[in-house]
Amino acid sequence: MSGSEPTPTTTLDRPTLSLRGVNKSFGAVQVLHDVHLDVYPGKVTALVGDNGAGKSTLIKSIAGIHPIDSGTVEFEGDPVQLNGPRDAARLGIEVVYQDLALADNLDVVQNMFLGRERKRGLLLDEASMEEAARDTLTKLSVRTLKSVRQLVSSLSGGQRQTVAIAKAVLWESKLVILDEPTAALGVAQTRQVLDLVRRLADTGHAVVFITHNMVDVFEVADRVAALYLGRIAADVPISDVDRTQVIELITSGRSGDLGLSADDLED
Amino acid sequence: MSSNTLTAAEASGPHKPAGGFEGDRQDNTVRGVAQGYLNKLRAGDLGALPAVLGIVVLGILFTVLRPGTFLTPLNLANLLVQATPIIVLAMGLVFVLLLGEIDLSAGVVSGVCSAVLAQLLVQGGFSWPVAVLAAIAAGAVIGMFTGSLVGIIGIPSFVVTLALFLGFQGVTLRLIGQGGTVPVREPVIRALANENVPVTLGWVLAVLVAVAYAAVELWRWRSQRSRGLAHQPLIIVVARIAVIAAVVFGVTALLSVDRALAAAIDLAGIPYAVPLVVVLLLVLTFVLARTSFGRHVYAVGGNAEAARRAGINVTRIRVAAFVISSSLAAISGILATSRLSSVTPDAGAGNTLLYAVGAAVIGGTSLFGGRGRARDAVLGGLVIAIINNGLGLLGVAAYLNFIITGGVLLLAASVDAIARRRAATARR
Repeated sequence: MSGSEPTPTTTLDRPTLSLRGVNKSFGAVQVLHDVHLDVYPGKVTALVGDNGAGKSTLIKSIAGIHPIDSGTVEFEGDPVQLNGPRDAARLGIEVVYQDLALADNLDVVQNMFLGRERKRGLLLDEASMEEAARDTLTKLSVRTLKSVRQLVSSLSGGQRQTVAIAKAVLWESKLVILDEPTAALGVAQTRQVLDLVRRLADTGHAVVFITHNMVDVFEVADRVAALYLGRIAADVPISDVDRTQVIELITSGRSGDLGLSADDLED
Repeated sequence: MSSNTLTAAEASGPHKPAGGFEGDRQDNTVRGVAQGYLNKLRAGDLGALPAVLGIVVLGILFTVLRPGTFLTPLNLANLLVQATPIIVLAMGLVFVLLLGEIDLSAGVVSGVCSAVLAQLLVQGGFSWPVAVLAAIAAGAVIGMFTGSLVGIIGIPSFVVTLALFLGFQGVTLRLIGQGGTVPVREPVIRALANENVPVTLGWVLAVLVAVAYAAVELWRWRSQRSRGLAHQPLIIVVARIAVIAAVVFGVTALLSVDRALAAAIDLAGIPYAVPLVVVLLLVLTFVLARTSFGRHVYAVGGNAEAARRAGINVTRIRVAAFVISSSLAAISGILATSRLSSVTPDAGAGNTLLYAVGAAVIGGTSLFGGRGRARDAVLGGLVIAIINNGLGLLGVAAYLNFIITGGVLLLAASVDAIARRRAATARR
């Protein structure tokens, strides 16, 4: 299976997010070494790496939860400081965490607007929220929800993931980071979510997609970035690599002429 | 790679949807709503059903057992007045329970607040508005204290309020004095539970409530339909309005009959405490269902971490819930004071709290947080009051009364726990 998805023609845009020489330590442990990463609008960048390679730290740095120690971050060409989740949200960076963060006892609309409810005076503006939620879901071609007034507790895993992603899209986000969105899903539900990830990119979002699943990577990604022991081993178009190479990059940091040299791993 | 593989959810649906959300357009038939309700019941969300069944079954039971006394206007008026302090206390507890917390001190807080009220009226010689405001303020301050211990310091609410349950009994004892009873003869306070709204005014209020409810519901239905939003079929909306109107008019009619035992006395009309409860019900329902504060209360109760990540100040919500709970406890204390026309050192102690927790849970509020409404307190409070009143009429020994009420609370809690388990397993 190879990436047969049509890639949008908006290539060669400037990256939405550009990391240069990013370092991050927790005490004596350096988790990120000199990380370079470019994330493009309209493209899905698969971020792969073994457990402990620094994927979570990297996305938390981008989300502003763990501010970086050194290096530069550019967002749409402008240097930015990400010192807190609010900074990231203001720029249009939304993270969909693995454990979802949906309230089971609220319905789809209520969850999508949680914490950012639209109001008319004292009253919640339910009508306008319901319309906006439905618009967003329609734009993403989500067809599997019976009702936007369904409680989230009644949704399947894939549908919940869909709602969480749609929630991120609602806020005119430019960069959406998905932390293992297909981890706990069955085949059909994984299909749903991957389709949604594709549409997210097709509607112009820059998407970072963290996964352990090679099938997912080659189905949906336009680029693949491999982290190995806190370093970017490769950040290349998906067409430049095959499955074996990606697995080698994950497990040993290099594959043929791609990847890190022995010198890189010295310090 | 097909554009959209048929998923389980789609395959099981009756129609293959073109654009999704078919439920918002097609399920709004009576059958669809009935099916949805059955599914909800099967998934463990019983809503108001147990309480309504309880009211009907217990009502029939006591009517059969005590034909001449239970179903009389005099007894029913009595029952409603008995229910009001429980209902108001339970309304406050709903907020705390919605967060998955508990307030074991709510009963004794109502005692402290009624002691404050009584001493300001009797010893301080203040007018009733001052005393009432002071009592409610005392409740709010206590709630702030409790809420801070739970929300900011992070002590489990069970422990905090258990300690305060003991502590506040001491405060009431200190305020009232050992063995003392402070009689409250202030006419306005006494009138709450002991005087009635003039019959004509009562009917005017009843019509206003029914018409306003119908107007709000119909207006919402129309605007939802015209904007293409999810809405219920008109017949269901009309049926709901009819039920509410029937209850409002039925109760008003019943209470408008002269229920005095002696022919010389004229005793008719709705006790003032009842419209007070109705107003509280409307205000709290509005807060929970239509404001972002209410939405955030549900969110914190459903998933505190999700609420935090959504930017909701979880601590503030927790403190606010305890402030609301204790303030309503104060109002409950005022109603209890009015009914007894006095305050004793053990005001709000004993089974007061248990009745209120029982009322909320029987009404359908979950002990696990995230599910509950203000109306639960009313329905559950009526069940508790009927049990209490009916057992009293039967002349059941006090020990049996305790055992039966405790058993009903356990039953309601079991229903709640089973409902929660079913809801968890119903998830695919």
